[in-house]
Amino acid sequence: MEEEAEKEKMVKVYIMGREFEVPATLNIVKAFEYAGYRFVRGIGCRGGYCGACATVYRFKDDYRLNFALACQKAVEDGMYLTILPFVPAEKAQYELDKLKPRGTVLLELYPEIARCVACNTCTKACPQELEVMDYVQAAIRGDIKELSNLSFDCIQCGLCAMRCPAEIVPYNVGQLARRLYGKYVAPQAKHTHARVEEIHACVFDEELDNYSILVKEDVEKLKKIYVEREIKVG
Amino acid sequence: MKIPYFPGCSLKTIGEGFEKSAIASAAILDFELEELPRWVCCGTVSSLTTDDLMHHLAPIRNLIRVEDIKETQLVTLCSVCYSTLKRSNALVKNDPEKLKTMNQFMDKENEYQGSVKVLHFLELLREMGFDKIKEKVKKPLRGLTLSPYYGCLLVRPKEFGIDNPEDPTILQELTKALGADVIDNPYQLKCCGSYHTVDKPNLVADLGYKILTYARNSGADALVLSCPLCAFNLDNRQREIKRQYPDFVEIPILYFTQLMALAFDLGEEKLGFDIHYVDPVPLLKEKQLLIDSLPLIKEK
Repeated sequence: MEEEAEKEKMVKVYIMGREFEVPATLNIVKAFEYAGYRFVRGIGCRGGYCGACATVYRFKDDYRLNFALACQKAVEDGMYLTILPFVPAEKAQYELDKLKPRGTVLLELYPEIARCVACNTCTKACPQELEVMDYVQAAIRGDIKELSNLSFDCIQCGLCAMRCPAEIVPYNVGQLARRLYGKYVAPQAKHTHARVEEIHACVFDEELDNYSILVKEDVEKLKKIYVEREIKVG
Repeated sequence: MKIPYFPGCSLKTIGEGFEKSAIASAAILDFELEELPRWVCCGTVSSLTTDDLMHHLAPIRNLIRVEDIKETQLVTLCSVCYSTLKRSNALVKNDPEKLKTMNQFMDKENEYQGSVKVLHFLELLREMGFDKIKEKVKKPLRGLTLSPYYGCLLVRPKEFGIDNPEDPTILQELTKALGADVIDNPYQLKCCGSYHTVDKPNLVADLGYKILTYARNSGADALVLSCPLCAFNLDNRQREIKRQYPDFVEIPILYFTQLMALAFDLGEEKLGFDIHYVDPVPLLKEKQLLIDSLPLIKEK
C-alpha cells in the first residue's frame, strides 16, 4: 500500500532525451541528481537568487519551449529537460568612474540595442517575469531610471540574451543602467557618507581596540557590554 | 480633447524641445496629448521587403497598445515615426494574411484589430483650421522670416504623406497663421542626409549647406521643420558645414511647435532651446519675441 502511494507521485521526464522516472516533488535540479547526474556547471545557490541554473524545457507533443530556473521549477510529467552551463554573452568593458549617466552611454557600449524589433521574445523567456522588452526599449531612448526600475529584479541568468533574434544582451544592458543609476542618479544616503568619513578619520579605532583587548582578557565583560548596549529604535 | 500621443525615441533625447513645446501648445488648442502607455520604438525604418514581417512588429505592437486603452487615434510629432507607423498600419489593413501571421506571433497578448488611425499633429492642426490657431496667438511672430522645410517622410511617399508631395503648404500656412513671413525654398523637399549622419557626416554637411544657404540668402532668419532627424542634421551638423564651407553663416533651426509656443507666449521653459546647436535666442531677442532673462544656453 505504502509502496503504491509512493509510486503515484512519480513522473516521467526526459533528461537530454533519456527517459527517467523521478518523484514529482522534486525540482529540475534535484530530478537531475535523482537520475544520477552531478552538476559541475549550471548550478549555484539553489535558492532562486544567483541565476546560474537557467534552463529550457519542453513538454512532449508541444512545440513551445519554456524557460525557468531549474532550482525553482518542479518537474512535471512529460518534461524534456536539459541544462545550460554558461551563456557566452557579450559584456561591455567600462570603468564606471569614467562614464556619465547619460542615456547615450547605453547605445555607445551596447549599440546592438537599436536592433530591437519589439518582438517580445525576451520577455517570454524571463524566469523572473520581468518586462524585458520594455526595459530594452527604455534603453534605446536613454531612460536610465526606467530601465533600472524595470530590470531591478534581474538575476542575470542570460535566457533573454539567448533568445533575442537581434542578438541584444538585455541583462547586461540593465546591469549597466542600474550601476549608472546607483552611482550617479539615485539620491545618496548622507548619513552613510558621514559614517564612512568617520571611519576613515579613525574615530572608532580606540573604542574597537579596547574591545579587542577584552576579547582576549575579559570575554564576560564584553558580553555584558554587548547585552547592555544602547539600541536606537526606529 | 484627450488624444493618445506617440513620442518616439528622439523626442525623449535630441528633440526634447519639440515634445515640451508640442504638449504645451496643444493644451492651448484643447488637445491633451497623452503619452501612449508602454510604447516601443516605432520600428524605424519601415521595411520594404515584402516578406519581412519581423520589422513591422514594433509599429503594430504600438497600435495594439492604442486599442488596449480603447482609443482609435494615435498622433505623432516625429515625421519618421509618423511614416513608419502609418505604413505598417496600411500594410496589415490591406493584407489580412500578414495581419494574421503577426497576430499569431503576438501569442498571449491582444491581437491587432486594425481599428487605429495614425495622424501627424500637423494634420490635427489643419483639421481644426489655421484661422482658429490664429485666434489663440498672443504674440504674433512679426518680423520673423522663416524657411519651411519638409524633408521626405512628412509628405512622401504620396499615399502616406500629409500634404501634396510636390508642393506642400501646410507648414507655410501654420507659420503665416502665427504671424511670421515665409520664403520659398526649392530645397524644402530635399533629403537632409538622414542616417548618413552616422557614417558620412560630410555628405550630410553638403546637403545641409545647400538647404541652409539658400534659406539664408533668401532672407530667412531660421528654418522651421517637424522631424528630429532633419533637425539634428541641419542644426548639429552646422559644425561640419562650417568646417567644409568657410563662407557658411549659421542659421537657427526651429520646430513648428516651438513657433507655436512662442506665439502663444507659453514661456521660455516650454521651448527647450538649451540643447540646440545654433542658439535661436539672440535672433528671437533681436526680433523682440523673447525678452531678456536668465541665460538659456548652457556652455558648449
